[in-house]
Amino acid sequence: MNSENTQGYKGESLKIFEKYNCRVWGKVEITTTRGQFIGTLLPRSENDNDQHLVLKIDTGYNIGINISTITEIRELGYYKANYKIPEKKFPYSDNKPNVKLFGTGGTIASRLDYRTGAVIPAFSPGELYGAVPELADICNIETEKLFSVFSENMGPEQYVILAKAIKDEIEKGVDGIIIGHGTDTLHHTAAALTFMIQNPPIPIVLVGSQRSSDRPSSDAALNLIHAAYTAAYSDIAEVMVCMFGPTSDEYGFLHPGTRVRKMHSSYRSTFRTIGDTPLATINKDIGIKKIKTDRKVRRDDKNVTCTPVFNEKVTMVYYYPGMQGDVIDSLVECGYKGIVFVGTGLGHVNKSIYSAIERAQKKDIVMYMTLQTIWGYVNMFVYDTGRDLMKMGIVPAGNMLPETAYIKLGWALGQTNDTEKIKDIMLTPVNDEITPREPYDGYLVYQGGVSEIDDFIKNFRK
Amino acid sequence: MNKDLMKNQNYQQSKEKIGYVSFHEATPDDYNRIGFKSGLEVHQQLNSKEKLFCRCPAGILHSNEDYHAEIIRHMRPTLSEMGVYDGTALMEFKTKKEITYKIHKSTACTYDIDDTPPFPINKEALEYALEICHLCKLNIVGEVHITRKQYLDGSIPAGFQRTAILGVNGQIDLGYKKVNLIQLSIEEDSCRETMDFGHNRVYKTDRLGVPLIETVTAPELYTPQELKDAAEHIRLLNRVSGRSRIGMGAGREDVNVSCKGGTRVEIKGVSRNKWIPKLSHNEAFRQWALLNIRETLNKRISKNIWKLSYTTLNSKEFPKIREIAKQNGLPCEEIIALNLPEFKDILSHFTQPGRDFCNEISDRLKVIACIEKPNIISSEDIHTLISPSLFKRIKEIIPSNENDAQIVIWGPKSDIQTAIETVEERCIMAFEGVPSETRRPLPNGITLFERVLPGADRMYPDTDSVPIPLAIDYIDSLKQQKENDIDYQMTKLIEWNAPKDTFTYILRNNLFDLVNRIISLGFASNFVTSVIGHRIKHIHGKYGYKKDFPFEKVYNIFKYVADNGLDAEIIKRVFSEAAKTGLDEPDSILNRLNFNKRNINFSEFLTKTNKVMESIPEYKDHKRAVNWAIGNIANEAVGNISITKLSTLLTSETTLS
Repeated sequence: MNSENTQGYKGESLKIFEKYNCRVWGKVEITTTRGQFIGTLLPRSENDNDQHLVLKIDTGYNIGINISTITEIRELGYYKANYKIPEKKFPYSDNKPNVKLFGTGGTIASRLDYRTGAVIPAFSPGELYGAVPELADICNIETEKLFSVFSENMGPEQYVILAKAIKDEIEKGVDGIIIGHGTDTLHHTAAALTFMIQNPPIPIVLVGSQRSSDRPSSDAALNLIHAAYTAAYSDIAEVMVCMFGPTSDEYGFLHPGTRVRKMHSSYRSTFRTIGDTPLATINKDIGIKKIKTDRKVRRDDKNVTCTPVFNEKVTMVYYYPGMQGDVIDSLVECGYKGIVFVGTGLGHVNKSIYSAIERAQKKDIVMYMTLQTIWGYVNMFVYDTGRDLMKMGIVPAGNMLPETAYIKLGWALGQTNDTEKIKDIMLTPVNDEITPREPYDGYLVYQGGVSEIDDFIKNFRK
Repeated sequence: MNKDLMKNQNYQQSKEKIGYVSFHEATPDDYNRIGFKSGLEVHQQLNSKEKLFCRCPAGILHSNEDYHAEIIRHMRPTLSEMGVYDGTALMEFKTKKEITYKIHKSTACTYDIDDTPPFPINKEALEYALEICHLCKLNIVGEVHITRKQYLDGSIPAGFQRTAILGVNGQIDLGYKKVNLIQLSIEEDSCRETMDFGHNRVYKTDRLGVPLIETVTAPELYTPQELKDAAEHIRLLNRVSGRSRIGMGAGREDVNVSCKGGTRVEIKGVSRNKWIPKLSHNEAFRQWALLNIRETLNKRISKNIWKLSYTTLNSKEFPKIREIAKQNGLPCEEIIALNLPEFKDILSHFTQPGRDFCNEISDRLKVIACIEKPNIISSEDIHTLISPSLFKRIKEIIPSNENDAQIVIWGPKSDIQTAIETVEERCIMAFEGVPSETRRPLPNGITLFERVLPGADRMYPDTDSVPIPLAIDYIDSLKQQKENDIDYQMTKLIEWNAPKDTFTYILRNNLFDLVNRIISLGFASNFVTSVIGHRIKHIHGKYGYKKDFPFEKVYNIFKYVADNGLDAEIIKRVFSEAAKTGLDEPDSILNRLNFNKRNINFSEFLTKTNKVMESIPEYKDHKRAVNWAIGNIANEAVGNISITKLSTLLTSETTLS
């Protein structure tokens, strides 16, 4: 039987299709021991069991029929759904800035997949315009789908391709760049691009959405509008992440690519600048309101420094109290050249792995220390442990975020194997991945239940 | 407006022309004449402890001012699974509402504001709903698929309601007719709207997410009375299950109505069944009126060439219009005059009692263009007809013919384009007949446009959840014993002439057998059901409706009265006493009432009565004298002799002097 006609069905349920000669998208009348059901047979998600058929009944709802109750199926008609956003050509206007939108996948561009029953990235960026026509009021957009991958599948290979594509666009003279991206590893990519694309003359804006664009309350459209505005008009020319400020549809934040982190699994307001303030807020009516004023600004030239390299033999070790030295040994054995430790407190790991660290040092593995506390600086002078670790070659990475340190070490090792040169690259900030000072309002994690905080939330929205 | 319309000749004539009859005068023949057809969607909250897709408590309500935070959202249409945009969705998007949710810590979590994916479905609620499916004789599905139903009005922060079908093709028996049920679904309840003005709408989230079932009947109810009976019946089944929540807003109905040649229109959220008949009556006649408008228009001009024209008025020249807006505190940045070709006598055409076609346009201007009322005046308003100068001037400004009608609208500049489109859209729809709409019910029996009626296009599988298989054994285990008997029991209660309001209590507490046993002791069925359904319910309530209520003692009291040859009337006194002092053995209660079993000396009593009638002038009236006499003797008589019998005897034996 044609698998198109039995899409997603397997085992016992597949046999039903053969037995009654029915097909997916057929309008059927199913007689069961629980009565009669009429509707359109839908494809089934591959991960679901083989005991049920999925039927869309006339009122638009889906139901499952237990195959062991079926006594007869009769096909009454056939209609195959065509799921497509009306694709419109993006209107061009001479007096508007030209923005390039790169699609990588993720929920900013997504649709439903019958195979898994889940949301998959499948809207071409061009279709985005069909869904968000307001974009045309902001700028001219040209789109290009570079990949179609989930956020978690974005990696070094994609960073390199993306960096090269950005360089090409800058040299062609585009006014701003948007990168549509899944949110899970958005900040990894933002860090990678910050290192690979230095001194860009234009804004490079990464954007995603926390609620998939297949739902009416999605943050995708507003994030995209904010990103388009930023790419077209922002005076700040660097790699930024543009995502919701509060969970309400009010304004977005522009975060520096090296200091931003996803802090909640599902909140719209998940991205926060860590240990500093965001660069600016963005609202489509008010525009961009700068918070930081000392940033590199937009230029007219087309110059950019592009270093699209990455050594994948870099790893991260999240320390826990019972950790054994063999964890480190096995990484060394596997040929890893660099390790970013995510240590406790000011940057510590326990004595039981010291000898393993020493063995790694002897093999010229470069090692850096970052923090589980996320906020604050590594300081390995305060306690003896820290001093011991430094002696064994572990370099404190200041207030660099663990994810940023991992990306930077991969990028550094992509350029050289010289330990000293690497150290120089790692500790010389490209764009605030290490800052000389932490402002007092760089760490704000308030706790609910306290009356003044409750008042604040009530009056200023979340 | 209402009074004005009454004076409007065309309004009155059009009302007569379509053969409108008022609700109170209407007969089944009238409904047959206009082809009244209707169906129901009965919503009932379930009394589970928690919400459907999160672990917030269900059933706690807050006042409008009691909240801890606000969230703002905008809704945007998405594609349905079949690949098309839903009509309502597009309309709602046009309205560009800013929606504010006021959330309370105790009843809303991050799921409620759509910042966390759903938790597994509430098993307790699912089970309750399946039990009710059995009661409604529905074919229960083998696997529950959670579906998203789009609501762009903001009533659900996610923009969709999670809902799932549990059963299809059921049936209820109204006694005089059987009514088919299309389906029963379980869904999360929506937010409660607290404000809607201009582009702002505010909701509170206390009710959001509370488990709800929706029972949908086939459109086969042919009079408003049948419609109400079906609503009552379904509500009864829901209550009988013992699984439904009671209290304000816990049960509401959507009523679908059409007339012959009309369209399905949904009257949404009717909270009292007694309002259903009049609302559905008026809706059917509204459609009947719109069909007359369609006929008139199509005779005059083809829809394809019909086109309105409009022009901006100089607001300085029309201070009166600015005045109307100002008086109502509304912005009047732009004033537009529109000419509607061939619409003479259409704007003031009757639609509902006290409403005309112009109101149809006005309602849409409010909802779609967000222009608050009053938002329109027309060349057919009674004021205009009395003092025609305003529209005389407008007719000079905008080219028009004798058979045209004109309207003037005003509002914020940014809403005017949508307003003009809205007018045009509604006028073109008039050539087609009755637009599919959801309408908001008003207590006086009329309805207002709420939004375009959504179709199956707004359904979308919930990608955040997996199908829930229902094992055959599990489904069967939820079949309540009483399910098989419930139809029989209800027929029997009707036969017994049991008061309607006693059905729920009797059936829900499995008291049918008790009632039956008591009746077989020789008591009148109507009396027994009324005592059980009212007095015992009252006492039971005092016990907190506990399951172990001593119903057997109730039986014992009836039996004692029967065995001792007492008059049944004493039973009411016994239970009144029991309500105060406790449900004890019959002897003790009767003792507390100082009841003595004795024979009433009737002749002695008769003499006494006659004496009173003679001596006290105001008791000369026969009937009053008898009542006085009964009042005097009641205490000793009740239980020993029937008061009715006593009254008859006294009336026949005493004479007026």
